[in-house]
Amino acid sequence: MVDLSVDLGFLKLKNPVLAASGTFGYGLEFKPFYDLELLGGFVVKGLYLKPREGNRPPRLVETPSGLINSIGLQGIGVEAFCREILPELAGLKTAVIVNVCGEEEDEYARVAEYLSRHRGIAALELNISCPNVREGGRCPAQSPEATHRTVKKVKQVTSLPLITKLSPNVTDITAVALAAEEAGTEAISLINTLLAMAIDLETRKPRLGNIMGGLSGPTIKPIALRMVFQVARAVKVPVIGMGGIFSAEDALEFMMAGAAAVQVGTANFVDPDACLKIIRGLETWAEKHGIKKISEVTGSLQL
Amino acid sequence: MVIDRQARLVEVESWGDYFLFTLDSPEIAAQARPGQFLMIRVSETTQPLLRRPISLHNAEGNRLQIFFQVAGEGTRLLSLKKTGQCLDLIGPLGKGFNVRPEFRDREIYCVGGGRGIAPLYYLGKELRAAGARPVIFYGGRRAGDLPLRNRLESAGFEVLVSTDDGSAGFPGFVTSLVEEELKKRKPAFLYACGPDPMMEKLAETCRRENLPAEFSLESIMGCGFGACWGCVKKIRMDGQEKYLKVCQDGPVFSLEEIVWQEKEHG
Repeated sequence: MVDLSVDLGFLKLKNPVLAASGTFGYGLEFKPFYDLELLGGFVVKGLYLKPREGNRPPRLVETPSGLINSIGLQGIGVEAFCREILPELAGLKTAVIVNVCGEEEDEYARVAEYLSRHRGIAALELNISCPNVREGGRCPAQSPEATHRTVKKVKQVTSLPLITKLSPNVTDITAVALAAEEAGTEAISLINTLLAMAIDLETRKPRLGNIMGGLSGPTIKPIALRMVFQVARAVKVPVIGMGGIFSAEDALEFMMAGAAAVQVGTANFVDPDACLKIIRGLETWAEKHGIKKISEVTGSLQL
Repeated sequence: MVIDRQARLVEVESWGDYFLFTLDSPEIAAQARPGQFLMIRVSETTQPLLRRPISLHNAEGNRLQIFFQVAGEGTRLLSLKKTGQCLDLIGPLGKGFNVRPEFRDREIYCVGGGRGIAPLYYLGKELRAAGARPVIFYGGRRAGDLPLRNRLESAGFEVLVSTDDGSAGFPGFVTSLVEEELKKRKPAFLYACGPDPMMEKLAETCRRENLPAEFSLESIMGCGFGACWGCVKKIRMDGQEKYLKVCQDGPVFSLEEIVWQEKEHG
């Protein structure tokens, strides 16, 4: 029997596998496929104060072993979420994490404050890294100062644990990670998608309505792994790794590189039960290698 | 909505680029309705990455049928599957066509362009079961693009065909054939599935003739079950225009709901 549980300090997970924001809807979309309580947890789609229309289609382009999306955080807004969705999630025996968005720094705080008044939320994930909502793919996570200010502002209005989600579209990701840590984030998750584009040769137009989008899937895994490795060495808070995880082996690589837990994103589209397969695969791998606690794998990379 | 990773391919028929697969998938077949679709895994690797949305052509007993045309790498890989192999399916997905009781004894037009003919066999059967008289319009570029003509005719449907090059049936677009027929007889409803220009033209005709209609839309899909919000189209609802998911809120939308002038590129 392998102990799959991991302790992030501020949050105990029954296993290290979380479904990633933006790929798991509001959670309920996956209920027909399996029991959500089998997950370590899941992060619901990013929420703003108000409903949001999202970007002009087409919003998806497939690339070699990858997917570029420019959804633009279309969604129902935090009020409708708390009224219509959260009551159905709140009783679940798994970590329900809510992804928090904002047009500007104040909105992040207001969304966080609103969510803090509701039961059933295990933690907030601060989405300062979506490349699809501002011109040119810009986001607060591209600046250590903006990251620090946003984290600090949100910390002041909520007692919920905060996971800050970083962008790979930066020169030095450790500088941003350190700024988030210094501002009091309880954990760091990374990476969000890589700013990307594709062109239709016949029309000579961008294949996405929004011109650029965020690249995800197996194609980004080596980059994500490198960044998780760099950040895990730089900060003391737990790191949650993601970026193209499609198998238990992928998840184990991230854990060895220093991730205490992982998020599974694009794989949920291809196989709605991808997270379950990964959880089972972790158990099988640990048994085969005589590992009693999966958390022992974290940071076990031999240099 | 279930995942069936063991849907055995029991029969393959093909005509050039067009394929008709018969699959053994009791659980999906039991829930299926005309106008719904499947998400099919076409590769065991991550290339191509995503499943492909394929419309249901028929469901009967334990069996499903899909009809598709090779249009890219995904459908090419799908077309290589052999009898006896198992396919990995998610389905049935989306909302299907609405068949109404007042259609009894009335003529109903079902218009398919190219591979858009796929769901109309299943729809035709349901209409007939409801006591309606489906008239199937089947348009293609040339005679070779009408592979389901015999199948539809042998099933006893009234089938009117058109080809752009005049090599079979009415010479011209299927939309013109519909216009010609409308001069002779007025149906109670129209269903359509096909390329955007065809559907847009039909929408114009329906509005002019005051003919209620439903259209099945196509879109690139990430998941097929409402999680990614990637497949949206602009839809008019309660006086407002918003992006709705083709996979979950559609793929079938009514004439009044679809906003046709939405240009997808700037």
